[in-house]
Amino acid sequence: MELKSESKLEKILKQGHFAFTGEIGPPKGANVQAIREKAKYLKGNVDMVNITDNQTAVVRMSSWAASLIVLSEGLEPNYQMVCRDRNRLAMQSDILGAYAHGIRNMLCLSGDHQKFGNQPFAKGVFDIDSIQLVNMVKMMRDEGKFLNGEEIDGIPKLFIGAAENPFADPFEWRVPRLAKKIEAGADFIQTQCVYNMGKMREWIKIAREEGLTEKIYILAGVTPMKSLGMAKYMQSKVPGMDVPDEIIKRLQGVDKKNISNEGIKIACEQIEEFKEMKGVSGVHLMAIEWEHKVPEIAERAKMLPRP
Amino acid sequence: MVKSKQKPLAEIKDLLKSYSSILNVGCGGCASVCLAGGQREVIALNNELSLLFKQEGLDKKIDGYTVERQCNVDFFQGLSDERIKKYDCIISMACGAGVQFLAEAFKSKPVFPALNTVSIGIDKDIGLYEERCRACGECVLAYTGGICPVTRCAKGLFNGPCGGTNRGKCEIGNEYPCAWYEIYERLKEQNRLQDIKKIQPAMLWKNQVLRVTIQEPYQERYKMY
Repeated sequence: MELKSESKLEKILKQGHFAFTGEIGPPKGANVQAIREKAKYLKGNVDMVNITDNQTAVVRMSSWAASLIVLSEGLEPNYQMVCRDRNRLAMQSDILGAYAHGIRNMLCLSGDHQKFGNQPFAKGVFDIDSIQLVNMVKMMRDEGKFLNGEEIDGIPKLFIGAAENPFADPFEWRVPRLAKKIEAGADFIQTQCVYNMGKMREWIKIAREEGLTEKIYILAGVTPMKSLGMAKYMQSKVPGMDVPDEIIKRLQGVDKKNISNEGIKIACEQIEEFKEMKGVSGVHLMAIEWEHKVPEIAERAKMLPRP
Repeated sequence: MVKSKQKPLAEIKDLLKSYSSILNVGCGGCASVCLAGGQREVIALNNELSLLFKQEGLDKKIDGYTVERQCNVDFFQGLSDERIKKYDCIISMACGAGVQFLAEAFKSKPVFPALNTVSIGIDKDIGLYEERCRACGECVLAYTGGICPVTRCAKGLFNGPCGGTNRGKCEIGNEYPCAWYEIYERLKEQNRLQDIKKIQPAMLWKNQVLRVTIQEPYQERYKMY
């Protein structure tokens, strides 16, 4: 088996397993214990854990640092990097540093605009965009060169991820954009949280027809609804999020104390469908501040044991 | 043109607190066109400040003088040293370039900005302006259907749109159209979507050092730059 990187996720996907990845948001502070605590719930239940990078533009422990803590807990981290907070110089040096310390996966993102965060007047960097970042990491890995063409001493063999939102406008551009990310060098995609299964099926179908799902591993994003409030917030307030009314109605239809259980049920049904959906290679579970529920979800979605 | 907007009155007043004789210099160029710092605005600001000084019993005097443009020394003729000598400080109602050029011309005098320079923009209507250019120095409008992603995309993406585009609007707010949504729509209309199917490589930013512009016929004359 020929591998591009030293990532376990790559190996799992290449072996044909249906991948299952999780996510940890670092703490707003240097609280190492908080990360270890979250990692405990994910270990053995997922193949890899995304470590978010100042998500929603709120300052938190740096993604690479939290990734190393997760690594020391025996979990494989997926080091997220956004274009908002660092220029190409900082990005390249952080990529080398992360790899030097054992990080083997990276997710390249534009990042939420700083206006959303708690320091909204910060200067957004956006020196390069997410597709250019993907391309830069590929160049570093496959050509052993920095963005300026100079040789790298010690090549970072990273498995390169990118995000895609099948639900953002214009829908017709979402597959061509996926093609662009593949051309740039992305090895895997983790999608935005999926709630509109119909649209997801349509997007995957077009991607399959274009032959794209043969070229990239697509992990479908799943986030269980914890409450009705969360569902309504996701529906109306989160840009690019597509929450159909059926989801809201279904949560409204159960007894109040069973809403979170119904949320998990919906997520498990989605996971079951993704296992069968041609072109989908795995699921990325974003149990936001609900890491302790991951073992239960993994169990109920019949994702255990992990390879 | 360059668009600017007057600073809050309290801020201007605060800048002037230790001076008693003030000259307010207006600009007949862009600042005048966007109704921020021409002759009319100089008179209006001076009236407001004079009233404020009077109300607070402050012994301050403020005069006005508007030059055709503050970004060219040829127009400073009316501002003789003799005239400037009478004042403790100058406030400028020009863009940042004008303020700096005035400060450079009268090095012994404190020069304060009365405006905030906002953008290179267009006139949407009288008194209503919108940014269109960030002067990045490497124009990409050819492949983006004449819509600037550097200026009009909140993340300045070159390979957009991002995942936050929301019914044609930007993720930062419904009042901002998504530049990449518009780029897509326009190029589709012109049957030019292939222009954005190609990966646009990392931008070579040309606005990170002081830029000097020498037009071709003047290369010889200004070769010392």
